[in-house]
Amino acid sequence: MAAAKFDTPELKDIPVIPAIQEGVMAHSSPFIAKPEHQEPLGFPGELVDNWQQVALDKMEDLTHKYRSFKVYLDSCVKCGACTDKCHYFLGTADPKNMPVARQDLLRKVYRRYFTLAGKFFPKLVGAVDLTKEVLDDWYSYFHQCSQCRRCSVFCPYGIDTAEISMAAREILDTVGVGQKYCNEIIAKLYKIGNNLGLPEPALVDTLEGLEEDVEEETGVAVKYPVDIEGADVLVVTPSADFFAEPHIDGLIGYGKVFHQAGINWTLSSYASEAANFGMFIGSYDNMKQVALRIRKAALDLGVKRIVVGECGHAWRVAYSFWNTLAGPFDFLDPNYPVPQHIIEVTHDLIKRGALNLDPSANDEHRVTFHDSCNVARATRMGNMPGGQFILPREVIKASVNHFYDMAPETIHENTFCCGGGGGLLTDDLMELRVKGAMPRMQALDELVREHDVNYLAAICAICKSQFTKTLPYYNFPMDMIGSVHGLVSNAIQLGTKE
Amino acid sequence: MSVTLAYSILFYVATVTLVAGLAYRIYTYAKTPAPLKIATTPAPTTRAGVAYRLAREVVLFESLFKATKWTWLFGWAFHFGMLLVLLRHLRYFTDTPWFWVNLIQPFGIYAGFVMLLGLFGLWARRFLVDRVRYISSPSDHLMLLLLIGIAASGLLMKFVSHTDIVGVKNFAIGLMEFNFQPMPESPILMVHLGLVAVLMIIFPFSKLLHAAGVFFSPTRNQVDNPREVRHVADWAKDAE
Ligand code: SF4
Ligand code: SF4
Repeated sequence: MAAAKFDTPELKDIPVIPAIQEGVMAHSSPFIAKPEHQEPLGFPGELVDNWQQVALDKMEDLTHKYRSFKVYLDSCVKCGACTDKCHYFLGTADPKNMPVARQDLLRKVYRRYFTLAGKFFPKLVGAVDLTKEVLDDWYSYFHQCSQCRRCSVFCPYGIDTAEISMAAREILDTVGVGQKYCNEIIAKLYKIGNNLGLPEPALVDTLEGLEEDVEEETGVAVKYPVDIEGADVLVVTPSADFFAEPHIDGLIGYGKVFHQAGINWTLSSYASEAANFGMFIGSYDNMKQVALRIRKAALDLGVKRIVVGECGHAWRVAYSFWNTLAGPFDFLDPNYPVPQHIIEVTHDLIKRGALNLDPSANDEHRVTFHDSCNVARATRMGNMPGGQFILPREVIKASVNHFYDMAPETIHENTFCCGGGGGLLTDDLMELRVKGAMPRMQALDELVREHDVNYLAAICAICKSQFTKTLPYYNFPMDMIGSVHGLVSNAIQLGTKE
Repeated sequence: MSVTLAYSILFYVATVTLVAGLAYRIYTYAKTPAPLKIATTPAPTTRAGVAYRLAREVVLFESLFKATKWTWLFGWAFHFGMLLVLLRHLRYFTDTPWFWVNLIQPFGIYAGFVMLLGLFGLWARRFLVDRVRYISSPSDHLMLLLLIGIAASGLLMKFVSHTDIVGVKNFAIGLMEFNFQPMPESPILMVHLGLVAVLMIIFPFSKLLHAAGVFFSPTRNQVDNPREVRHVADWAKDAE
């Protein structure tokens, strides 16, 4: 399937809600997982014969296991408040990308088989039988949701389409129709320990190279240690941080921060990945297995704290789910939050005067910050609600002289997804990714025009990878996207505090 | 007499369906676990904060206000018009109405018009906004039509063709005390009460469940404290 040609959406001066165009994205769906990507995760290799029954059984099972699923399927009043909130709808105009319509793909089957109204009056309430066409629609459109939860902010009942998407993907996996990108990555993680399939020797090599580079550039021997038993801090970070641009600047930054603060830290080759794609496929079991690797690494190395690097959904899983899935973490030092985000660490050190930062080192950068959805709408930092918006901005402002925020309706809990989250960061979905990035690009464009902003800072590996690819479609330079700790890294004055 | 009998039976059936149906729903929602913390942030970090957040949702429709001002305006006008009207109706179920029922009486009457206005506004959106038209099924239209029918027939009785209020009140109190009194045989009243009974019966089987759902929505009712408090569902414990 060669990538179809598509037009990049035009950036308008003011955001416009498109008129609906039915079916324009029906062709968009990711590659299907092969048996070798499915089976290590506990799913059938391909579509099972009695898939209808299996799907309905799974659906029923989920209504007993997840209150969110049950309540959200029953409670929608079709008010339409969410219809213009999804970046994929705004970018594609396909009505099935309106959150409520996306939920309805599943809800109409739920109504048909599990509610009286749908059993007796299907036409009246829009209930339909579970056919192959419906299944295909699920596969297409539940893979056009980045589970960013923007819709849940605006729904009067807090209906979270991400929850429905996760459930739908779990049903799809259960009948044997998995998504290649996510499932292949999870299988790789089980085998090698990280999403990129980077084996231990390669990791050690990479980090040694990094130490040399940093020493060459700064004259200071900053360490990037792996598997150090008895270190105080275990850092888990997305594996993209080990070599991809601009991610690696973030990792360099973490090392400099620890170096200057005199904190004894380590990475783990066994748990060399913070990302947990189990969440994207809605699989509690897989999410748990991935999370348990990190617990094991922390126990084996005997660390006192776990710190999570710049990754949005990894932080969600860590912040919201680790304690549930892999806890209790009572073997760690209770004086620190478990887990802690690298931003929280750096923020705290800045507050305490433990870092010397010279913001003029970043004077060439006119910076804005992209709130990543999982951080913004599903986690917290610090100890007050909304700390996840405040702390990263304070870290940036301590590191740069020129900072500008994008329009208020597009940041904080209203933030627009980068367009590549939720397991959609794959080349097979390029059209969707480019179109879904449109609302974010629009807000960025405004700042570029008004303030010559030239640096889009983010704390999520997916956002960074996605923007690297999509910025050029909108005529922005691809290196405009950068790590927050990349800015810290430039500003930090090594050798001035020992 | 046969009208009285028919409506008496209808109202007993409707009441039992409404109460039992709703109780069953609430029971299932309450017993279905929420295995993971999924509060939509920025979320309160205390129970009191959560109560305050939910109260703002229920009373002010806060999220809807953020989302779309027109829908909020019509939706809020309809719901709060209806609330006043319902409270005003307590006069028909109590021998001597409480003083506050008398107090809201004059507002309650005009609230009927506000309610109707809200309903027409909401219905207009279903035709005029392409996105809302796309997501509407026949039942969404019928539900609005039903509510409009209830509000309009009620207003007709108040302002156009008066009904024997004393008779209605005796009938209603008689139903509650199993001491049956004849129902006044006015066609508009029969339409009004018939539609109300239909609404009560379909309530637990329809999207009207949002009234209960909002309190059970994990994104809204959870405390944001997953790092501080371990949160494990029973089915997940069993799997440990
Ligand atoms: S905002 Fe909520 S209730 Fe309204 S249509 Fe969307 S999901 Fe349904
Ligand atoms: S979760 Fe995000 S991507 Fe999914 S429907 Fe809602 S707004 Fe769209």
